[in-house]
Amino acid sequence: MKSLLTLKKYFTRYKTTIFLGFVFIFLSNITSVFVPLFIRDGIDELRRQISKPALLKYAFLIVGVTLISGVFRFLIRQTIIVTSRKIEFDLRNDFWSHLQKLSLRYFQNTKTGDIMAHASNDINAVRNFIGPAVMYSFDTLTLFIFTLVLMFSIDVQLSLLSLIPFPILSIFVYYFGKKIHFLFTKIQEHFSILTARAQENLNGIRIIKAYVREESEINHFKKLSYDYFKKNLSKIKIDSLFHPTLFLTIGSSMIIIMWFGGLKVINNKLTLGELTAFILYMGYLIWPAIAFGWITNLTQQAAASQKRLNAIFAIEPEIKDTSLTNYEIKNIIGEIEFKNVSFRYRKNLPFVLKNINLKIPAGSTYAIIGHTGCGKTTLVNLIVRFYDVTEGELLIDGNDIKTIPLKLLREEISVVPQETFLFSDTLKNNIAYGLNNFESEEFIDEKVNEAIKIAHLTPDIESFPDGINTIIGERGITLSGGQKQRTSIARAVAKDGKILILDDCLSAVDTNTEEIILSNLKNFMAGKTSIIISHRISTIKDADQIIVLDNGMIAEQGTHEELIELNGIYTRIYQKQLLEKELEEI
Amino acid sequence: MSDFFQDDEVIGKAYDARLMKRLLKYVKPYRGYIVLAIILNILTAALEPVRPYLTKIAVDEYISIGDSSGLLQIIALILISLVLQAIIEYAMRFATQYMGQRTLLDLRIEIFTHLQKLSLKFFDKSPVGRLVTRVTNDVESLSELFSSGIVMIFSDIFIIIWIFVFMILMSFDLAIVTMSVIPVLVYATFLFRKKVRANYRDVRKHLARLNSYMQEHISGMSVVQLFNKEKVEFEKFKSINEDYRDANIKSVFYHAIFYPFVELISAIAVALIIWYGGGEVVQKNLSLGVLFAFIQYTEMFFRPVRDLAEKYNILQTGMASSERIFKLLDTKMFVNNPENPEPLKEIKGKIEFRNVWFAYNDEDYVLKDISFTINPGETVAIVGATGAGKSSIINVLLRFYDINKGEILIDDINISKVDKRELRKQIALVLQDVILFSGDIKSNISLWNEIIPFEKILEAAKIVGADKFINELPKKYDEEVKERGATLSLGQKQLISFARALAYNPKILILDEATASIDTESEKLIQKAISKLLKGRTSIVIAHRLSTIQNSDKIIVLHKGRIREMGKHYELLEKKGIYYRLYQLQYKDQEINT
Repeated sequence: MKSLLTLKKYFTRYKTTIFLGFVFIFLSNITSVFVPLFIRDGIDELRRQISKPALLKYAFLIVGVTLISGVFRFLIRQTIIVTSRKIEFDLRNDFWSHLQKLSLRYFQNTKTGDIMAHASNDINAVRNFIGPAVMYSFDTLTLFIFTLVLMFSIDVQLSLLSLIPFPILSIFVYYFGKKIHFLFTKIQEHFSILTARAQENLNGIRIIKAYVREESEINHFKKLSYDYFKKNLSKIKIDSLFHPTLFLTIGSSMIIIMWFGGLKVINNKLTLGELTAFILYMGYLIWPAIAFGWITNLTQQAAASQKRLNAIFAIEPEIKDTSLTNYEIKNIIGEIEFKNVSFRYRKNLPFVLKNINLKIPAGSTYAIIGHTGCGKTTLVNLIVRFYDVTEGELLIDGNDIKTIPLKLLREEISVVPQETFLFSDTLKNNIAYGLNNFESEEFIDEKVNEAIKIAHLTPDIESFPDGINTIIGERGITLSGGQKQRTSIARAVAKDGKILILDDCLSAVDTNTEEIILSNLKNFMAGKTSIIISHRISTIKDADQIIVLDNGMIAEQGTHEELIELNGIYTRIYQKQLLEKELEEI
Repeated sequence: MSDFFQDDEVIGKAYDARLMKRLLKYVKPYRGYIVLAIILNILTAALEPVRPYLTKIAVDEYISIGDSSGLLQIIALILISLVLQAIIEYAMRFATQYMGQRTLLDLRIEIFTHLQKLSLKFFDKSPVGRLVTRVTNDVESLSELFSSGIVMIFSDIFIIIWIFVFMILMSFDLAIVTMSVIPVLVYATFLFRKKVRANYRDVRKHLARLNSYMQEHISGMSVVQLFNKEKVEFEKFKSINEDYRDANIKSVFYHAIFYPFVELISAIAVALIIWYGGGEVVQKNLSLGVLFAFIQYTEMFFRPVRDLAEKYNILQTGMASSERIFKLLDTKMFVNNPENPEPLKEIKGKIEFRNVWFAYNDEDYVLKDISFTINPGETVAIVGATGAGKSSIINVLLRFYDINKGEILIDDINISKVDKRELRKQIALVLQDVILFSGDIKSNISLWNEIIPFEKILEAAKIVGADKFINELPKKYDEEVKERGATLSLGQKQLISFARALAYNPKILILDEATASIDTESEKLIQKAISKLLKGRTSIVIAHRLSTIQNSDKIIVLHKGRIREMGKHYELLEKKGIYYRLYQLQYKDQEINT
């Protein structure tokens, strides 16, 4: 339950509204409990042969009081429930803002689905506590007290007798609720198993067909489905019991009133009107009794959810500005130096980069080549500080990368990542992604157009229905692999940082287009530090220096010609690619 | 086909006779339950309204004249009605929900079974995630329709009818006066439902936007951070979140108005009873008990009216889901079996391709004029660059797809003339990406085939050399395989798939060798296992290992969908053609290791 204390700061933010809400609850209940009294008086006066206008008075009183109480009821929801939605909003904002600060490692180790589940299910459970649970607990409490006071004022003995079933009712609701929630979770778990099985089956459909296992797969699925049915059945048993038990308990209270109350009326110790009022008050008490058990469950579920949320809030971002950060550093020139850098993703895992020593002078173009898994992308991840080096030092302009404000560092590095990620937005917004919003429309247009030219996207854009304003991705048109890569290049070009990193970003582009883009880039890269990573010799052969990375170490280094001379890894890659080209042409 | 998945979010009409008729077919086996439930419904529906009537009798005939034994009788009757209602309601709720779940079970199995029958061509075009949704979530969303929707509509209607009947029995005038608020209630409820429904759609829309924003930006968080866009993205998130909040707050407003309004209508009904009924009592036209009962009835008829409005939503989602489900069930993309299949028993294992042409789409041929013969017991290696058509040869041989032109023969029988299941039983397939299912090791080898005894599994594992690592696992052959074998190494997974192929003891083996490099230890194990596998069977290997190629009886060189060279390793090398180049590219490096 302690975990819910975190919510205090949100409650404080809206304390006036919540307080008002409580006042409205108080007012609404204190007026509505008078309705049965008017009905009582109305009925009792009937025996005294009252006139029609007098009856009309009671009729108006009943309607009037209900109206006043109703206005307060309206205001309760408009204050407390609306506040719960506002707190939900704040909580979700805080959650997202925290998420944005977390480092790449967190996202690589956490399933998107899990994060989504926290953001929807857990926040929702907490919201149910803030809204309904808080509202109904005070509502229930006041209504309960007022009703009891009035019931006692009519007849103490009858009140006590008729109340007997109520604690039982609360306990029933609590245990039924708990049991049903438990069974529900079990059903959900089994549902996931069922889903996973279907997924697995459909993913492996080739093997299933090849081994003619359809039959046994169906039987297997049948069994799982049947188990799921059985689990549902156990919930149905409880579920179906819930409602009958509920009204049986309420009904027994009714019977007590009818019997004892009826006897009292016979013995003239109670009027018929009072009996009616009693029956109506019973109706008032049913909801609080049910709500009591219900609220307890809601609160327990919210506490569990808030605990999970707190755990996420407690995660410290791995990469952030620290006391080491030197805010005097205001710009970046572009010299990159690796000093004895080694890196591994976690303790006990093998090193991905070993003793890298490399100095890339500002303004030069370096290329990195090597087999898959040799550590090329890891190198990039270190320069953009997605990770910090395990050993050694990484310097930019002679400053340790950890002293450079993170914002400045990322401002000045334009990266085309290996895995192209574009947002489902217009092409223009995607390309202009790295530009600041405060820039003028003309400036943005100019930058975007230049980037489009360099990335050779013009012919493609002409073929799109809305040109540059075409929406791409899930809700729009699907781009080909090459088009995606070129858009990603344009995005990095438009950002125009001091350092440009192209991580294997021309792999899906045909060789002709590649040549065009490379020659376009040549002018653009003048004065910038560039790192080009590729599998293809053709992409990198013109670089100032080529680094051959093998097994996390620098194996060879030099210009294209020098490396060919060397007759090592580079030469072998070169020859293979010549062969591939030859094969392609046969 | 292209629009197969585009209608996931569409909400259609609430009632479609054609869909309903088809849905009811699934309920048919359990119609006994439905009939029972409806009869019980009519009974319980009367039990609730009877109680105020009984209290009326208690007040008028016993309490007012001081007859306590008479009162006791009435109390007993009320108690009996309560207990009866509880029992019947339990039975009814159980019966309907049982019937509902039972129907879902049938439907779910039918969809799954249907999916098993569809051809690979269908799976190529359908994202697995969506298909899973059909089997799971779409079926689930029918649950309310089956369990409460159909039957409970009767219940609500009957309760309202019974209340009317009792009220009219007691006092026709007062009944009319009391019921005069009902049109207002019905109108208010439907107006509220309409507003809430529109608003709910709004809430769903904003929630979907929020979720897809989060999904997308969690996947692309590295790009957000690389481009320093945290602040801008946060503002975007906030504005979507704001829309969601406001839509919710709007729905709070509707609820805030509606519930007090219903109370007010109820108060008006009571006021009418007191005013008009009271007047009648004063004039001795009406007894006090009637008044007493009527006040109780006002509480009673609000729920069924509200519930009836609720059913609209249940029907609507039910219709949308069933439409999607039926669309899938109506998809008939099968590889057809011949009507009178030729028997295929005890084959020798000769394979022949005769001028085979094949395209996945239209005329975009990936196999062009392929002809070759493999004699029983021979091993043939297929080599070629990526996209040369190697896997397509496997796909058509197993009849995952039908070829466009030409013939494929096994033991001189055209494979399109035999039962495809009989055909596949002769062939074992080992894929490059090993597919493991959650279960245990032994069932991953036997694939839950009961014909394969445990000894066979053991034997197969032993022959391919998988027994060593399996025996080191804590539960050995009963060790659980999780999430596609996440706890096993690549080499181990391959050995399991080899054992699987061997356990089925096929006449023909198709092996797509894995390209990924594994440590030398397992590499040796695997090479050994492969040679054991190939022994005595007709085998087609998409070869990535030099040793496999060198040991094969024939090498087929595929290039751009055509057979360009065929022969033995050294013959082909001497040719200095495509194979020669492929060898340099892919296999030469392995020479050093072997």
